[in-house]
Amino acid sequence: MSKRDEPRVSESEEVVPNEPRSELLRQLVAHLRDNRTQLRQEWARRITQASLLTAMSQDEIFAEATTIYENYVDALESGTFEALQAYARNLSERIIPRGVETDEVVGIVLLLRDVLARSLFAKYQQDFALLNRILDAYEPAANKIANTVAVSFVQERERTIRQQQEAIRELSTPVLQVRERLLILPIIGVIDPQRARQLTEQLLRGIRTNRAKVVVIDITGVAAMDSTVANHLVQTVEACRLLGAKVIVTGLSPVIAQTLVTIGVDLAKMNTVGDLQGGIEEAEKSLGYKVVPGER
Amino acid sequence: MEVPILKQGGHLIAAIQAALTDADLIRLQDALVEQVGRYRSKGVIIDVTALDVMDSFATRTLRSMAHMIKLRGAETVICGIQPEVAFAMVQLGLTLEGISTALDLEEGLALLNRRTVNSNQSV
Repeated sequence: MSKRDEPRVSESEEVVPNEPRSELLRQLVAHLRDNRTQLRQEWARRITQASLLTAMSQDEIFAEATTIYENYVDALESGTFEALQAYARNLSERIIPRGVETDEVVGIVLLLRDVLARSLFAKYQQDFALLNRILDAYEPAANKIANTVAVSFVQERERTIRQQQEAIRELSTPVLQVRERLLILPIIGVIDPQRARQLTEQLLRGIRTNRAKVVVIDITGVAAMDSTVANHLVQTVEACRLLGAKVIVTGLSPVIAQTLVTIGVDLAKMNTVGDLQGGIEEAEKSLGYKVVPGER
Repeated sequence: MEVPILKQGGHLIAAIQAALTDADLIRLQDALVEQVGRYRSKGVIIDVTALDVMDSFATRTLRSMAHMIKLRGAETVICGIQPEVAFAMVQLGLTLEGISTALDLEEGLALLNRRTVNSNQSV
């Protein structure tokens, strides 16, 4: 870090020895603070013009713009980005649920950078050498800020996605006890390898805790299955057997039946019954239950 | 480490207490195959609850043990395989096919009793 800074400092010292970089930055920040109202309005106008942040109202945009502006200038002044990063995270958390896209967030930060750069051009246009040095001080910091905000937004979004995935995954594999020592596992939707793995883990654990002897796996709600998942299913059946539980698979759709036969999965080890009702009846039979209609 | 073999009615129970070396497994196999004949046992239970790893050698030995015991005229039930172990075994293709398994010792005994009661009645 210091190695990279040193030659630059000496370079600017060659041109104007008594005007270090921090002094330039201070001057720049003072300018941005003095003209904040006007620059902010210009920025908000440009945002509306570019039809960014359409999910937010005019007033909201202006309120956020005010805070972002202050944070932006603070970050320029101090050269530390933690506060800005925290604010960007917080902002992302609020606006992601409203459908604000990554390109909009990056767009508005770049717009602010441009608005501020324009105002610097306007102020220093008389002295080209000074303008150059001001921009030397401004640009790296501004780019770093744009980078920080964009990355914070994307990270926040990824965090939200991960959270949702986790929630869906937990919801998606209920292992239910229908009778003493009889479990059912209804599977609905697409099974990817990760979900298949989680399913197996939960089922094996369920067998252990409920002391199950028979398990009915119902795949009526599964539209398609590839060879990886089919093999995983066979493995699950085998693993259940090692725990002393019998598995009955029900609800294989014609498409899945065809696929399984075509890809040659060994289904000899699997007990299959047409539908869930049949499966439960079969399971009850092997547990010794007999269902008798009562007097009405 | 030696595996204790307990005689319980017409059955033998081998309860593995800790991880076994290959030599221990072979010793267990020899002892079980010998004692099945000596006590005229009808069933053998091998309890592997304490094992949290099962390698291919252990699985193969358990399988051949079960087959030898079968040839000596008794049934074998392996009980107490941990869920994680079960899935790992299946993924490695070590499925103990043809051998009865049960959730725990209680289930294993119940299974053996059911089978041997049936065979007693037929005599």
